[in-house]
Amino acid sequence: MSALVVMKDIEKSFPGVRALHNAQLELRSGEVHALMGENGAGKSTLMKILSGIYRRDGGEILLDGKPVEITSPRQAQELGIGIIHQELSLMPHLTAAQNIFIGREPRRGMGILLDEARLNAQAAEIFASMHLKLDPRTPVERLTIARQQMVEIAKALSHRSRVLIMDEPTAALNDAEINELFAIIARLKAEGVGIVYISHKMDELKRIADRVTVMRDGEYIGTVPAAETPVEKIIAMMVGRALSDERATIADHAESPVVLEVRGLRRGNEIRDVGFSVRKGEILGFAGLMGAGRTEVARAIFGADRIDAGEVFMHGRKVDIRKPQDAVRAGIGYLSEDRKHFGLATGMDVRNNVVMASLSRFTGTGGLLKEAAMHEAAVRYIDQLAIKTPSDRQEARLLSGGNQQKIVIAKWLLRDCEVLIFDEPTRGIDVGAKNEIYKLLNALAGQGRAIIVISSELPEILRLSHRIAVMCEGRLTGILPGGASQEEIMHLATLRGDALNDNEKRKPAKGAPK
Amino acid sequence: MSATVSTSNVSSGRRFSGAQHRLLAFGSLIALIVVFSLASPNFLQTSNIIAILQATSVNGVLAIAATLVIITGGIDLSVGTLMTFCAVIAGVVLTFWGMPLPLGVLAAILAGAASGLVSGTFIAELKIPPFIATLGMMLILKGLSLVISGTRPIYFNSTPGFTEISQGSLIGAVIPSLPIPNGVLILFLVAAAASFILERTILGRFTFALGSNEEAVRLSGVNTDRWKIAVYALAGGICGIAGLLIASRLNSAQPALGQGYELDAIAAVVIGGTSLSGGRGTIIGTLIGALIMSVLANGLRILSVAQEWQTVVTGLIIILAVYTDILRRRGL
Repeated sequence: MSALVVMKDIEKSFPGVRALHNAQLELRSGEVHALMGENGAGKSTLMKILSGIYRRDGGEILLDGKPVEITSPRQAQELGIGIIHQELSLMPHLTAAQNIFIGREPRRGMGILLDEARLNAQAAEIFASMHLKLDPRTPVERLTIARQQMVEIAKALSHRSRVLIMDEPTAALNDAEINELFAIIARLKAEGVGIVYISHKMDELKRIADRVTVMRDGEYIGTVPAAETPVEKIIAMMVGRALSDERATIADHAESPVVLEVRGLRRGNEIRDVGFSVRKGEILGFAGLMGAGRTEVARAIFGADRIDAGEVFMHGRKVDIRKPQDAVRAGIGYLSEDRKHFGLATGMDVRNNVVMASLSRFTGTGGLLKEAAMHEAAVRYIDQLAIKTPSDRQEARLLSGGNQQKIVIAKWLLRDCEVLIFDEPTRGIDVGAKNEIYKLLNALAGQGRAIIVISSELPEILRLSHRIAVMCEGRLTGILPGGASQEEIMHLATLRGDALNDNEKRKPAKGAPK
Repeated sequence: MSATVSTSNVSSGRRFSGAQHRLLAFGSLIALIVVFSLASPNFLQTSNIIAILQATSVNGVLAIAATLVIITGGIDLSVGTLMTFCAVIAGVVLTFWGMPLPLGVLAAILAGAASGLVSGTFIAELKIPPFIATLGMMLILKGLSLVISGTRPIYFNSTPGFTEISQGSLIGAVIPSLPIPNGVLILFLVAAAASFILERTILGRFTFALGSNEEAVRLSGVNTDRWKIAVYALAGGICGIAGLLIASRLNSAQPALGQGYELDAIAAVVIGGTSLSGGRGTIIGTLIGALIMSVLANGLRILSVAQEWQTVVTGLIIILAVYTDILRRRGL
């Protein structure tokens, strides 16, 4: 196989930060090349250079052996380099076909009128080549995230891309959808498209990648064949050290007092009569497929969304939670799955994000802020949680995903919440930082906090949880003891209610508090 | 990763870039002053400088109110007609009812704050987009001013001290060589107070936080609605001060005046480097922005450039200011 793209000695700096140094990548046609590294290792930066979003400061890019200057995303497209971003960049109100051909619509009537029929036909053609059943006239906002991703891929293919860059394409997909995506990747591969695949999920790499290039701190570490190289070695290359994967013995909390109890939570079709309890020092895992209603339950408890019915008790006392501020006052903290949109004020600095939920504590007479005390608190948590930041005045958006997550955790620790709800705490976080977050969660439970962890990654649930609540289609289908098998969880996660008479006929097995 | 981050550079990153823009705006102001003073010997005379400052006072105070709202990611189109409304209220209290001066001042400021409270409530509680809510308030206040005043100006001849609010000079009384009018003094006091609130108080912190990521603030358990209403109310109160300034300068409340002032205020805010998408901005920048506008107007008038062309130049300056801001951010 010939080298389709060679990136040699790529250098890139941003003000105050050297993002890439001696970065290398060689992509062959017809291969899936995984690009791995911890968050902040420079993977996305390197790919943004290849796709014309950033200009490189130094180094060389060869396409088919010939040096090329890629100066804009448009030029990258013309060279046959397509990128599918981590955050989908579609226009939700336009149809799938309109999205794919935006700015390149077929015209008629001397180029004045849009030829909508031809537009849809061309989109349908691309979907057919992907073996994808999708009506090109569907507005994108009505598609699932997975389908939207397919539209992005179709858009890249419509440019006749020979190089396709996928940045964490499966982050928001469930297993069935991932299979669909992998089938399409396999077809593209067979047609000679070179695919750069960025992901944190080791099992995926083993399934689809041919070779793996590892980066660390903006530098090239090495390229290894995916199949023969043990996962531990890849991880060691990424973090620069070996990782322990210890599994603590599961603590039994049956005797501990119940901190949070939820009864009869309902909201439309999303939450159907959910009830459970969490004890002091316990980690309760929430497993389930995408759309099972776990995040909805968390947001409902936290008062972020309205509920139809349901009661929440703290230490046996009923609390009335209508807004997030009620929940916080009751001692419940919620770490959202989407840090950028809901968890962090990314334009503000570390200090202000840490104190955000406790600002009134740092307010003196006349509303005056006590900056010195805020600084002290921020620095304390920067040390305690080992947040990697040059100072507490650093803007949150400039930190890596793992460190951003730690800031959100610090925010709730400072607020002294007894119940912490973690929604996908390690999404988009690299392996090394994941372990740190796990340790942190265990330590928090050890301090006597009651913790709820929502995760779509079963190994994560199994590793952390003292008990495992499983949801399916808005129902709590069961609560398993820690150490349950993946099969048991999947069984409950797919235990669908009878669609016709759902409420009365079958009562879901509820994990009643002991 | 952070291993390659040099501490000194990054820790001051945001403040530096903000300072950079302010420096640019300040540089433009100086450049304008130099050009005009070379073009006309009259420009740098004390009386002219005082005239420029006096002309800045009303727009400057309004722009400060607009800055607060714009930093939250909102907009307030009602500042101009609210200013007039507050002036009319002062007229009612002082001239119609014959109350003492301090009560008139208080009434104007409270009327402004109350109006801001209403706008803020529309926006925060009823979720009406700020543009629409304040557009509605703009018209409501304009209409109310005309109704209350009976469409006629209200003169303050019965309240002798009233013109002193803007035109007297407390500084001049102490230092006779420095006859800076009270209107200018009030502008700088309001700027200092607003700057202090923004940088040092919890209200200011939430002003920035709301503009930066409102949902993150809400999910932190903060009553975002209440803080947002508070910002609009504060801005309204500042508009009340502007109303007193303009009424004092004209020795009358002119009910038909006001519309159009909101756009000048927003222009000053934008020239001063405050982002219309919220989350960043400074009072000092707005002050410079307002000064640039009045220096430009004054200088062009001295050079006998027609008023029509002054408007064209102001438009170009706004576009230029925003473009330099975009260039600066692209460079980051």
